[in-house]
Amino acid sequence: MITQDAEKVAPVRPAPVAEEPPRRPGKVRRAWDEVPRRHIYLPLSIYLVFTLVPFYWILLFALRKPGSTSLVPWPMTFEHFEKVWNERSFGVYFQNSVLVGVVTLLMTTLVALAGGYALARFDFKIKRGFMLALLCSQFVPGALLLVPLFQIFAELRMINSLGSVILAETVFQLPLSIILISNFIKNVPYSLEEAAWVDGCNRFTAFRVVVLPLLRPGLIAVGSFAFVHSWNHFLFALMFLSNQDKQTIPVGLNTLLSADSVDLGALAAGGIIAAVPVVIVFAFIQKWLITGFSAGAVKG
Amino acid sequence: MAQAAAVAKPPAPPRRSRARSRARRTSATPRRLPYLLIAPAALLMLGFIAYPVISVFYYSLQHYNPTKPWRNGFAGFDNFVHAFTEDPIFWDTLVFSAKWVIVEVSLQLLFGLALALIVNQTFVGRSLGRALVFSPWAVSGVLTSAIWVLLYNSQTGITRYLADMGIGEYGTSWLSDTSTVFSAAIVADLWRGVPFFAILILADLQSISKDLYEAAEVDGASRVRQFLHITLPHLKDAIILSTLLRAVWEFNNVDLLYTLTGGGPAGETTTLPLYIANTSVDAHNFGYASALTTVAFVILLFCSMVYLRLSKFGGESK
Repeated sequence: MITQDAEKVAPVRPAPVAEEPPRRPGKVRRAWDEVPRRHIYLPLSIYLVFTLVPFYWILLFALRKPGSTSLVPWPMTFEHFEKVWNERSFGVYFQNSVLVGVVTLLMTTLVALAGGYALARFDFKIKRGFMLALLCSQFVPGALLLVPLFQIFAELRMINSLGSVILAETVFQLPLSIILISNFIKNVPYSLEEAAWVDGCNRFTAFRVVVLPLLRPGLIAVGSFAFVHSWNHFLFALMFLSNQDKQTIPVGLNTLLSADSVDLGALAAGGIIAAVPVVIVFAFIQKWLITGFSAGAVKG
Repeated sequence: MAQAAAVAKPPAPPRRSRARSRARRTSATPRRLPYLLIAPAALLMLGFIAYPVISVFYYSLQHYNPTKPWRNGFAGFDNFVHAFTEDPIFWDTLVFSAKWVIVEVSLQLLFGLALALIVNQTFVGRSLGRALVFSPWAVSGVLTSAIWVLLYNSQTGITRYLADMGIGEYGTSWLSDTSTVFSAAIVADLWRGVPFFAILILADLQSISKDLYEAAEVDGASRVRQFLHITLPHLKDAIILSTLLRAVWEFNNVDLLYTLTGGGPAGETTTLPLYIANTSVDAHNFGYASALTTVAFVILLFCSMVYLRLSKFGGESK
């Protein structure tokens, strides 16, 4: 048995070893890092076209004159934007969305920071149960809980106030955020905190001075996630807010979409207004997001 | 992927016990502190997730319809019986949900993995390329619908220009034709779903040590074998979990189909959750919607368990 195995392996192994000497020293690393260009650029370009054509299309409709069928948005016009911002009250929606996004971001990050710290640094009785609850809550669909949530917010007299949307968005962001943050905290060596205690810090200052700065990429990833989600999410706002001046941008877009005759120019302009903040946030944090995720998710 | 991966691997015991003894010595209220810290999160989740879930179970056994108050009251299993025996729409939505989730998730996994492998290479313009191909991730739900409604528009959309080139016919709307609406919705959802999958896989790809590939290279392993024997096994857990969570998410997600097709034409693209939303929000039939929700929960739980069992997740740890 064993000899047979050895025979099977034998012809494979010696060959490359024999080939090794003529190789240039740098070759080993380059062989993996540099896949032939055509294997990268061709599929990437195809995928880029698929990604960018829809973006171009919305830009085209937002910028060209009504009735034009040109594929170039020229002569350019901003009348769609003015119309959507003023007549369709996207200006108001925008303010509401910013408020919801920023407060959700702050609440999610703060509450998740506390919870994540507890999970990362302590051992306590209900820890396993709490983590199980976090995991299970991932399976709870927000859309299916609309009715009970509506009743709760009606009880709390929060229907038609942005507070209801902020609360609901925060709660549905929390499980993922807590798990991510606790993983980021686990990656910060505990000895750093202990050293700070020895130097006379209490637990809270030690955390603020030593751990918090190291958590920055993680916090950015979690916070941006919360912001983008609450900015984009639409069902809670649609259900809990009925006054027009309380609505958020996705609801405004839905109104444009479900109108009897869709005003394509207005829809495109509204879409761009909806996209700009998240695209800016995204471009800014893109690099941290991937490092943040790999640190938070994988090495945990 | 992220959250469950974390849960699957509990923190190393030695550190924990050290943390505990330290905490006892240094902090004034070490016993209560962790509970205080998780209290806000726990209370929020109890009030706005756990309680609603329980009340959905409760309502599923009730006739509850504000527009027909004379019928309200205990219903036993009437709602469930009605769903399984008298409601053909329910079965249609189940079939469509399954079709939607399977096609959508497998395509996302395939393209997401390919995309992640591509942008993981070093090449000129990589960060710009990454930013561009990942950008639809930030754009979701309603905005995706808005963009694709523009693209699919029968008069001014992409069909017009394709028709000019001799492909297809001018004036057809892919979203209102029962033969094309499924593919059209799938493509729109892929547009924003693939980047998300790719980001998660890329994050995991970057944690694979380069040494492994160098060793494999020295041993003369081809790139295909390196992929099969190093990359794939390493990504296995991440793929299993992201696929599962993605499937749950695609099943539950209402935003896109609600605004893109509204479930139409002729109920052709109504998923179970969309049907539930319509039943509760438009028809005010809260009792029946709650029963359907309960069915959806059971299906989700069952499928997740079967999936985890079949994929032997956590069976062999790395």
